[in-house]
Amino acid sequence: MTLPDTLARLRSRTGRARPSGFPWSAPTWPGGLERPAPQRALGVDYDTDWARRYPARFVRAMLLDNVTRPLTHAVATPTVEGLELLELVALPAIFVANHSSHVDTPVLLSVLPPRVRHRAVVAAAADHFFDRRWKGHLWALLLGALPIERHRVNRRSADLAAELLLEGWNLVIYPEGGRTPDGWFQEFRGGPAYLAVRTGRPVVPVHLEGTYRILPKEGDRLRRNSTRVTFGLPMVPDDGEDARHFGARIETVLGAMADEVRSDWWSARRRAAAGTTPSPRGPVAGPWRRSWALGSAPGDEVDERRWALRRG
Amino acid sequence: MSPRPGFVLEVDRSTPPTLFWHGEQFVLERLPAGSRVVYGPEPLAPLADPVAAIRHALLHPLGDAAPLPALLRPGMRLTIAFDDVSLPLPPMRRPDVRQLVVEQVLELAAAAGIDDVVLIAALALHRRMTEAELRHALGDRVYDAFAPHDLLWQHDAEDPDGMVHLGVTDQGEDVEINRRAAESDLLVYVNINLVAMDGGHKSVATGLASYRSLRHHHNARTMQHSRSFMDQHRSELHSSNWRMGRHIAASGVKVFQIETTLNTDTFPEQFRFLQRREWEWTVRDRASFLGASRSLELTPPRLARQILHGVRSPHRMTSVQAGEVEAVHARTTERVYAQQLVPVEGQTDILTMGLPYICPYNVNSVMNPILVACLGLGYFFNMYRGEPLVRQGGVLILHHPTPNEFHPGHHPSYIDFFEQVLTETTDPLSIGKYEESFATDPWYIHLYRTGHAYHGVHPFYMWYWCAHALEHLGAVIVVGGDREAVHRLGFRRASTLADALEMARDVVGPDPTLTHLHSPPLLMADVT
Repeated sequence: MTLPDTLARLRSRTGRARPSGFPWSAPTWPGGLERPAPQRALGVDYDTDWARRYPARFVRAMLLDNVTRPLTHAVATPTVEGLELLELVALPAIFVANHSSHVDTPVLLSVLPPRVRHRAVVAAAADHFFDRRWKGHLWALLLGALPIERHRVNRRSADLAAELLLEGWNLVIYPEGGRTPDGWFQEFRGGPAYLAVRTGRPVVPVHLEGTYRILPKEGDRLRRNSTRVTFGLPMVPDDGEDARHFGARIETVLGAMADEVRSDWWSARRRAAAGTTPSPRGPVAGPWRRSWALGSAPGDEVDERRWALRRG
Repeated sequence: MSPRPGFVLEVDRSTPPTLFWHGEQFVLERLPAGSRVVYGPEPLAPLADPVAAIRHALLHPLGDAAPLPALLRPGMRLTIAFDDVSLPLPPMRRPDVRQLVVEQVLELAAAAGIDDVVLIAALALHRRMTEAELRHALGDRVYDAFAPHDLLWQHDAEDPDGMVHLGVTDQGEDVEINRRAAESDLLVYVNINLVAMDGGHKSVATGLASYRSLRHHHNARTMQHSRSFMDQHRSELHSSNWRMGRHIAASGVKVFQIETTLNTDTFPEQFRFLQRREWEWTVRDRASFLGASRSLELTPPRLARQILHGVRSPHRMTSVQAGEVEAVHARTTERVYAQQLVPVEGQTDILTMGLPYICPYNVNSVMNPILVACLGLGYFFNMYRGEPLVRQGGVLILHHPTPNEFHPGHHPSYIDFFEQVLTETTDPLSIGKYEESFATDPWYIHLYRTGHAYHGVHPFYMWYWCAHALEHLGAVIVVGGDREAVHRLGFRRASTLADALEMARDVVGPDPTLTHLHSPPLLMADVT
C-alpha cells in the first residue's frame, strides 16, 4: 500500500474528510504532451558536493572512526603491509585496488592513516550506488562516494574526479569497475591511469585479500574472515607515457602483489623479473576449475561452507 | 537550459485543473476536455551585467543619435523624464530599472559638468507618485540629490504655465507637452517596456502631455480602430502617438530615448507556482498554492490586498537600447515579442481569463469595477496580434470578485463615473458627452494637482480602453463578481465557471470552443 493510500485510509478512519485530488495530490500529465524524462539528478548526475562540506565530513569522520573501523576490524581483522610506503607519497594520491567485495572500501578506509581517510573520496558505480536518492545520500555521507559511470566513458565523472584530485582529495578507485564474480581479477579499465596522467597525481597500488570470503558478489550475509591489505610503491607515469601503457603497468604491479600474497615477496619478485607471474585473472577454464585454482591464501581461515555459499 | 517558448495546450481528461487569478485570490478550475490553454513563454535570461549594458547602450546609440556624452555639455538644460508607478507590474525589486538607467545618465551628466538637470515623472493624467514610490523607482541616492532642491518634478498636465502648445499634427491633433521638457536642450526619456503598447513616441507624446493633447487618441473611436493597440501596425493609438512624436521632434525637441525590456519572472519564490504549468507543480508548489490560497481566503480583503501589493517582482532586465526614438523602439518591440508572443491557431467561441489584483492604475490601491473591466476588456483582450483570440460575437468570461469598492483618494472621479455615467449608458461612444465636464471639473483638477488622484477624465479613458472588446463581444460574464457592480458594468454574473459556460452557450450555441489565457506570465497571442 502506498503512502497516499495509507493516509487516505487513516483519514477515513478518523472520519475527517479531506479534499482529494490536485493540488492535494500530484498533478496528472496532459495526454497531449510528451512527458520529458524526469530530471532526478541521480546516477552520474547526483551532486555529491554537499558531502564534501565540513558538516558532512565531520559526521563521516565520526562514523568512520567510531563505527566503521571497529566493525571492520571485528569482521575483517585486517593485516596491513607496506603502510610505511605512504610516507613516500605526495598526497593527494589515487589508491587503486582490486575489488572483490562491498567490504573492500570499509577495510581500505579503516586502515588508511587519518590524514588520508578523512580526505578521501571513493569512486562508486553510479548505476548501483546512486540509482536511488536515499542510496546516493547514504553512500555519499558514509563513504564520501563519488558517482562514476562504469559502462562507458563519461566526461562528467572524469572531470569531477580530476577536479577533486587537484583540490587535494585522495581518490579510492577500483579499476575493474565492479566486484569480481569468482575471486580472480577482472580486466582493468583505464580510468585510474587516465586520471593519473591527467592530474599528475601518484597511484598507490593496494591489494586486498580475503574480503571476497567475507561478502562475495552473490553473497547475502557477512562472514568473518581475516584480510590482508598490501600497499605497493607509489607509481607515477613516466615522461610521455600514455594512460593505456600506464594502466597496463598498474595491472602488472597489482598482479605481482597478488602473487606475493599467495606466496612470498621474494618469490613473487623473482617470478615478476622472469616474466612468469601467474595471471591474476586466473586460468582460462571452467568455473569450478577457476574456483579450485584460487585455493586459499596463507593465513586464510578455512571456510567449511565456501562451496555451499557459492551455490547459494 | 534555455527558456521554453509559449504554447497552446489542448485539455484532455488527464489535464490537471488550471490556475485562474481571482483578484486577491487564485483558484483552480477544471476546464472541459477539448479546451485550449495558452501558456506564455518562460522568462528570458536576464542581462548578466545590466549596468554595463546600460553604459554600452548610452555610448552606442541606435538610429542617427550621437552617443549620450557627445550630447552633453556644460551650461545646457537637461531633463530626464521617466515612466511612472504604473510600470512595471508588480513593482520590481530594488534596484528598479529606472534607478539603474537614471544613475548612469546622471554619471555622464556630472562628468560633463551640467548643473541644470531636472527629473520629471511622466505621469500624463495618472496620479502623482508618493515619496516612497519615487524612492523605489529612482533609489534613495537620486531622490535625496534632487527632491530637496525641487529638481524632482511630477508632470502636471493642468499647470497652465508648465505646458507648451507645439502646434497640431497634419491630422489636426493638438500637441501640448511639458514646457520644461520641450524647452530643454536635451530630453532623456527612461522607459520600461512591459507590453508592446508602451514606449516609442508614446513615452513623450502621452507621458508628458495634457488632456488637450491626449483626447485626440484616448477616445472610443481610436480604440475601436486599434486592433489591437498592442499591435503597432494595426493601432490607431500608435499612429496618433507617432504623428505627435514626429511633430514634437520637428518642433525642435531633442529626445534621447532609453528603453528597457523586462523578462516575465513576475512573482517571487513563494508564489512561483503562479508561473509554472500546473502538471509540473512540485510538492512545494502545491503546498505553496494551498498555503497561500487558504491564507488569503482567511485574511480580511484589505489585509490581503496589502500583502499582495507588497509583493516585489523579481523582474530582470533583458535588454536596454538608447538613441533615436523609432530605431530604439523597433529593437525594443522585438524583445517584447520574443518574451511574450505565442502562436495560436484560430479563434475561439469563449475566452476565459483570471484577473489579478493589480493593473497599471491601482498600484497600492483598490481595483475598482471600472479597472476590472479595463484590465479584462482593455488590456488582456487586446493582447493579440492578427485576430482577437475570441471570435466576433463570442463570449469573454472573467474571473474576478469585482468588489464595488473604490479608493476615494486615488479614484475620486471613478466613483462619480460609476454612479452617474454608467447608470446612464455603458456605450463607449455615448459617454463622450460627459467627458468634458469630468475633464474640466475644478475639484478633480485640484485633487489631481495636489493630492494623489487620477485626473477627472481618467475613468472615461478606462472605458474607452474597453471599446474594441465591447464592440466585438456577444457577452461578458464575470465569475464570482459582485452582482451590483457587474450589472452596472453591463456584464452578466455567474457564481461558478460551470454556470458561466452554460450562460455562454446561450450566446454562442452548443458545443462551443473554449480558450483560456493563462496568466501570469504576460503573453501576447499571435492569432492566425
